[in-house]
Amino acid sequence: MTDTAGQMPKTITLTGPVTLANLSETRARLWAGREAVFIDLSGVTALDTAGAWLVARRQQATVRTGDGMGVIGANPSQTLLLKTVTAALPKALSDVSQHGPRRPIAVFAADILATLGQTLSANAANIADAIAFLGIVMARVARTALHPSRLRGTALVHHMHQAGLNAVPIVALMGFLIGIVLAFQGAAQLRQFGAEVFVVDLIAISILRELGILLTAIIVAGRSASAFTAAIGSMKMREEIDAMRVLGLDPIELLVLPRVLALVILLPVLGFIANMAGLVGGGLMAWTQLGISPGMFQTQLLANTDVSHLLIGLSKAPVFALIIGVVGCHQGMQVGGNAESLGNRTSRSVVVAIFLVIVVDALFSIFFSVWGI
Amino acid sequence: MAGAPVITVRNLTTRFGATVVHDGLDLDVLRGEVLGVVGGSGTGKSVLLRSIVGLKRPSGGQITVLGTDVLNADPAALHAVQNRWGVMFQDGALFSSLSVRENVEAPMRERLGIDAATRTALADLRIALVGLSPAAGDLFPAELSGGMRKRAGLARALALDPEILFLDEPTAGLDPIGASEFDRLLVALQQALGLTVFLVTHDLDTLHATCDRVAVLAGGKVLAVGTMADMLLVEDPWVHSYFHGPRAHAAQPGAGGH
Repeated sequence: MTDTAGQMPKTITLTGPVTLANLSETRARLWAGREAVFIDLSGVTALDTAGAWLVARRQQATVRTGDGMGVIGANPSQTLLLKTVTAALPKALSDVSQHGPRRPIAVFAADILATLGQTLSANAANIADAIAFLGIVMARVARTALHPSRLRGTALVHHMHQAGLNAVPIVALMGFLIGIVLAFQGAAQLRQFGAEVFVVDLIAISILRELGILLTAIIVAGRSASAFTAAIGSMKMREEIDAMRVLGLDPIELLVLPRVLALVILLPVLGFIANMAGLVGGGLMAWTQLGISPGMFQTQLLANTDVSHLLIGLSKAPVFALIIGVVGCHQGMQVGGNAESLGNRTSRSVVVAIFLVIVVDALFSIFFSVWGI
Repeated sequence: MAGAPVITVRNLTTRFGATVVHDGLDLDVLRGEVLGVVGGSGTGKSVLLRSIVGLKRPSGGQITVLGTDVLNADPAALHAVQNRWGVMFQDGALFSSLSVRENVEAPMRERLGIDAATRTALADLRIALVGLSPAAGDLFPAELSGGMRKRAGLARALALDPEILFLDEPTAGLDPIGASEFDRLLVALQQALGLTVFLVTHDLDTLHATCDRVAVLAGGKVLAVGTMADMLLVEDPWVHSYFHGPRAHAAQPGAGGH
């Protein structure tokens, strides 16, 4: 302390508890005495780190303007606490000034452009990664085809049960309801021309060729792609995948292949079930609302609807199954170390799988119309 | 240094189905001391900690923390006493969706009505106190090393300026250098902040470096309580082999441990 002879040093006196609970009062008292030289802690009954932080801040604020500021009346433990907090303080202060606004918000055009570019390149990398993953899966499929004994039969049957058999009720109900809706809407239009009987063609062709398999694929994507991502993702989080790799086990062969194969085998079956349920639903509606008897429905169906519609519809099923399985497993493999990324990846796997199924369905339509099938 | 008991456990009984973990356990933790709780695997060290902080309801007995009967207290009284202790879990148990700074701010945000700038400054102070660099505040738990996660967990446990600090295996999984740094940090903070520390550990070096007293759990009871010097005189075979084993000799001060 420099020479202050001739004038009484001004002192800020703190009393009572100086803690987190009464921080604002302490702050008001400390910053009230602008020209103070000493802080008197002799009346302080309790001092915690928050209180010590304020005292140290007050000291430091004065030090900056050139004057020293002393603390008097502190007991040994308070002195120790002040010393510890002061030692931590410069770091804490410079920290605040360094990082400024914590998360910059993209306001300017350049920022928006940068964000757009980052998103695009991240998506492009993701797509490239997914294609690479598809390639690995196909290579494993080929290897397994050459050595069928490598196939994990138990896992395959388990996933066929989970993703296939357990999906039958929901898929059948969905098909049945679609049949009813189509019959009802179609009949309302066709009745204007007295062509009610063509409702049979409408139902049969739209369900067998398009809707049956497309909607089945969407339901299975929602059910199974998310389940695959969550299961593989939680294994990834608990380092089970790494453990497999270290033990010389191939996670693609053990985890991905049974899931993808189960879907490829069973999605056509589920699609067929949805088709049949749709025809039953449509037939029922035609019978009750339009007076088309089941016999008439059958005759019209067999006479006018070629079996090629059914085959075209079902031919898309394995492709959809591959998309759903690969997207679900790939997203699962992308899960990082925390719970949030598991949630993000699970929802993304459903969105991506459904989106790709619809895109590929559109490509199929173009392909079939160009080839005139 | 040590004063009146701040935690008293009386006749604590804990059962999991047919397994009896605690069978009439009595324990006192005195103000201002560092109590190390040791015992073999499955002797209920962590269960004791979880019972005291109210995460596990025991089958019977009485637990008093800072004068509050925590097993029978009404929610308001329990809430008040919860503000006066901090818990650090084994691997930090940081909230994975929040940055380190937000993790440390979280208890202050929930329990206290202080403004955001002060809260952030206090969180930065806690982060600096536990020896993390200021830049660590912006990192997420997944980006931290094991030692940093433990320090961040300690910073969060200290966020409300607790009187009692519960630590579950604070040095498990750390390298010896990191572990002894953590021990030194713990002692420095304990002395500066005047903390009472309840420490569950397996680490003999930590016991030597930090603990005023040690409690040994065995057979559902506290087998022995006392200073490290007292422990060396206990006749029980388990305690003897624990404190006289090959690792114990290496850890003793003067025998090359420090």
